[in-house]
Amino acid sequence: MSASLLAADLPYWAQALLRVLGGVVAVLLPAGTIVYVFLFKMMSFMQSRLGPMEAGPYGSLQLFAEVGKWLQKEDITPERADRFIFKIAPLVVLASTFLLVAVVPFGPDAWFTDFEAGVFYMLAVSSVSVLGILIAGWASANKYSLLGGLRAAGQLIAYELPMVLAVIGVIIQAGTMNLQNIVFAQNAGSMFGWDGLGNPFILTQFVGFIIFMIAVQAELTQTPFDMPIAESELVSGYMTEYSGFRFLTFFIAEFATAGVFSLIASVLFLGGWGIPFAWFGWDTMDDVDGWMNVVGPLIMVTKMMLLSFVIMWVRFSYPRFREDQLQRFAWKVLVPVSLVNIMITAILKVAF
Amino acid sequence: MSEFLRSYLIVFWFGLTALLLASLLLGISVLVRPDKPNREKLLTYESGVDPVGEGWSQSQIRYYVFALLFVIFDVEAVFIFPWATQLERYAGFGLVEMGVFVGVLLLGLVYAWRKGVLRWV
Repeated sequence: MSASLLAADLPYWAQALLRVLGGVVAVLLPAGTIVYVFLFKMMSFMQSRLGPMEAGPYGSLQLFAEVGKWLQKEDITPERADRFIFKIAPLVVLASTFLLVAVVPFGPDAWFTDFEAGVFYMLAVSSVSVLGILIAGWASANKYSLLGGLRAAGQLIAYELPMVLAVIGVIIQAGTMNLQNIVFAQNAGSMFGWDGLGNPFILTQFVGFIIFMIAVQAELTQTPFDMPIAESELVSGYMTEYSGFRFLTFFIAEFATAGVFSLIASVLFLGGWGIPFAWFGWDTMDDVDGWMNVVGPLIMVTKMMLLSFVIMWVRFSYPRFREDQLQRFAWKVLVPVSLVNIMITAILKVAF
Repeated sequence: MSEFLRSYLIVFWFGLTALLLASLLLGISVLVRPDKPNREKLLTYESGVDPVGEGWSQSQIRYYVFALLFVIFDVEAVFIFPWATQLERYAGFGLVEMGVFVGVLLLGLVYAWRKGVLRWV
């Protein structure tokens, strides 16, 4: 964790450039994979159809075809819309995804940022996308968009809270807000003196993990919580007036954020990039061998695919909540349960 | 610039990259897409009929009380975070203190609940 392996001797601009390029890959690669593997193929198989088959073998080039198609679409701004805000709203949502990925560690030296208050930063920037969605809904000057934007704001506010509170359990266990140290705490830890598996927090913080994943589902406005888009009621919610590439930007940001949240959930609950350190006799972060910088990202991608599979599985399986059920569920179930979870975790931490 | 602020500079670069990437793709799209506006196309979409009244129509914001509650609980969370990192040092004392703190806030939630604020009105 000391000097960055890749960037030790490089000047600042080269380091920054490397990290930014890594960030672009870390945003676009999960987004593309999730859209193709889950949204195109898995959804089709679950609905007894084949999905895209024409572009490339098994439709694997469909994504490029789609991007090409969207690039050629006319970009319409309605006459009565608030033009400037209407145009920048998708960019704000995409920027939020990029800010979010900046905090994810991929290996002992393969990180973009190493903030002491990484978890804090993550929770802070994850709510930037609300602003983008809200101004998109407002600037469209469309009744459907406005309703969708307001619904999104209400929903993201309600589910931000269980997410924040669920993470606190992890922080109590790890005793740190630095994401690298959280990974370290899980892989170097032991369960009842046995360190063969480390101590992934999904086992001890299972309630927190479930709450976190539900909140992620709601933050992403995926199906049981997709009232802001609700195509059968609100046409397309806050995206109604968007066309062409600006619409695609919303779409990319949605699935990229799904990938990034899966990455963050795997860092917080599944042990992140690490393998149990006891296997190789590593004691501190500096002992970790350099090859983990290569294997780590692969482990992270595996866990990311696993968690996004769960997100998409739920998405394709459940019907939509009603708006009042959504608020009731957040405030009367998730918030009290996560507060109790915090206190129980704290009591056990002090007791042992 | 201090080392602390310097480490946060990368966040700025990430934000800038997002904007540049989107602008680049939008720029490409300007070159290849058609642009033939007409009056009907620029109308606000309202299920195919002519739009009625203002786009910024009045709607009932049913959850502004939720927003107030959110502020309260979010501030609470901000206080819990530093405590959570130092729990090992505070041990039993910190546990009781935070129990009282969370208890008071839970009472607040119960009060709002009993008052019917958490109901869809």
